[in-house]
Amino acid sequence: MDPLSPPPPIRRISLDAPPTVVAPAPPSNGHAPAAAARSATAGSARERMRVEAVTIAYGSKVAVNRVDLPIRQGEVLALIGPSGCGKTTLLRSLNRLTELTPTAARSGRIALDGQDVDVLEVTELRKRVSMVFQQPNPFPMSVFDNVAYALREGASKRPRRAQLAEPVELALRRAGLWDEVKGNLDHPALRLSGGQQQRLCIARALAAQPEVLLMDEPCSALDPVSTTRIEQLIGELRPQIAVVIVTHNLQQAQRVADHVAFMYLGELVEYGTSDQIFHAPQAQRTRDYVGGAFG
Amino acid sequence: MSALAPPPTAPSPPRTRPRDSAGSWPLADRIGLGLCWAAGISLALVAGAIVVYMGYQGLSQLHLHLLFDHPTGDVDQSKSGGFLDPIEGTLLLTAIGTAIAVPIGVGVALWLVEFGRPAPLARAVESVVEVIAGAPSIVLALFGLTLFSKPVFTFLSFKPSGAQEAFGRSFLIAGTMMSLIALPLVVGATREALLAVPNHLREASLALGKTKGATIRRVLLPSIRPGIATGATLGMGRIVGDTAIVIVLLGATLGTEPADGGFFPANLLRGTGSTLTSYVYDNSPAGEGNAPEKAYAAAFVLLLLVIGLNVVAARLSGGRAGGGPAWTR
Repeated sequence: MDPLSPPPPIRRISLDAPPTVVAPAPPSNGHAPAAAARSATAGSARERMRVEAVTIAYGSKVAVNRVDLPIRQGEVLALIGPSGCGKTTLLRSLNRLTELTPTAARSGRIALDGQDVDVLEVTELRKRVSMVFQQPNPFPMSVFDNVAYALREGASKRPRRAQLAEPVELALRRAGLWDEVKGNLDHPALRLSGGQQQRLCIARALAAQPEVLLMDEPCSALDPVSTTRIEQLIGELRPQIAVVIVTHNLQQAQRVADHVAFMYLGELVEYGTSDQIFHAPQAQRTRDYVGGAFG
Repeated sequence: MSALAPPPTAPSPPRTRPRDSAGSWPLADRIGLGLCWAAGISLALVAGAIVVYMGYQGLSQLHLHLLFDHPTGDVDQSKSGGFLDPIEGTLLLTAIGTAIAVPIGVGVALWLVEFGRPAPLARAVESVVEVIAGAPSIVLALFGLTLFSKPVFTFLSFKPSGAQEAFGRSFLIAGTMMSLIALPLVVGATREALLAVPNHLREASLALGKTKGATIRRVLLPSIRPGIATGATLGMGRIVGDTAIVIVLLGATLGTEPADGGFFPANLLRGTGSTLTSYVYDNSPAGEGNAPEKAYAAAFVLLLLVIGLNVVAARLSGGRAGGGPAWTR
């Protein structure tokens, strides 16, 4: 409502006639191109990661209970579910970030291209399975160095800037940030706006050419315009890379995801295509959650 | 998902009182408030009085030539020179102490926050740092003299002719013990800064396939630089102001006296000297020089130095409130 317009006059409701309830119109499907892109890539999807009977516990509290999931390149997988249902824990286990929590323990198998992630060198795994966090968190260095840091080995400052100009530009272009920052690559990254910072974090995560991109509620700290921008970006990345996104926002899941996994109390309740989960959910709990009965 | 509820349109009730004022408080609260004001103002008055008195005394006694003249032992105060050597000594000692305290202090804080295992060892290290922070510097000085007089440590000072033990007093030795009184401040400030860095920043670096070492070097250390600088500056303030260690471990000689033999700067570092604090002490009525005018002038310079360091520390720690990184807001 226009904040300046006068408040609407009080309408007297006739007690004889039942009040008419106007149901809000269902969100119109304004994302036909995304849907088209979805169906176009659905056939070419190729499995990159597989989660098999994975259970993760913090101490004696089970956060994820025997979950099986495929993660395919060429499509976006959304993990949805109420707070505390284990979706972020599951996401973090994919690049073994859960190991940073001393009390966390995992069983089951997670494979990247058929190879158990536990036998991979953890630094190697995390270069191939990269992550974007809920809060935009650029490092305290220049825009250029934020991306270059991901390309350089360890803490090294080599290769030099000139050699990295091209891959850094490519990463910033893929994240849709290049046009906004190309003139001030030397500025501190922390001076960018929140939405730009988050896209810089995406550029940083893409720089090392990962096979899988994990996103943990990447838009929850952003305004609607930045959110739209990042959702577009996810659509553009879909054919190149496998994307797993955790989100609390069901509309967002509907807009960006090809497949959706609904988790509740650590269990995977239902996994299916986005259309199926949102329009024809099989399980009662999924129906309740998607329909807004709890959340 | 909840249905969109219309925003509340009812206006909030008008305030009966524009603002909560102390006039409406119960008597006990008003007395308490008065006492708080009195305590704050009297402290400010005492501090102000010290600065004004020292400023008045100092400015009336301070002459530019005092800053550039070497001190001499003459009883005639017009011929006893200035305090160039104590100023040099203060700067040199502060530099040595800070150069030792900062790397060790940052290392200790990094270990405590980022590793801290086994936990009993971390707790022990924390208590040790607290013990050092609480130890009177004269005790540290005495311990240092005993330790560094051992012949093994002759390289830190020198061996007087005919003596069995090392002299145990030099810039290096005093600086080493001075680093101990600065260390807890560096550890504390660095620790606070590290604890203020959110975990997801560390994880963001690790998630790029970086090791913990690379994360510390390229992400954490740049993030906590203001914290380290604050700790270092506070530590410098402590070193500049300490007297006991200077008198016991630096010799508190009139001028800077390099050790015999060896070359610059090794002979200077192994030699003895004085600082502004020991100069003030020696020239106060309690010391053997007994030239209060010079003591006031030197004390004024010392006060300016310490106040300046504190201003710098306050700037470094608090001045970035608005312009700091997003995750510190």
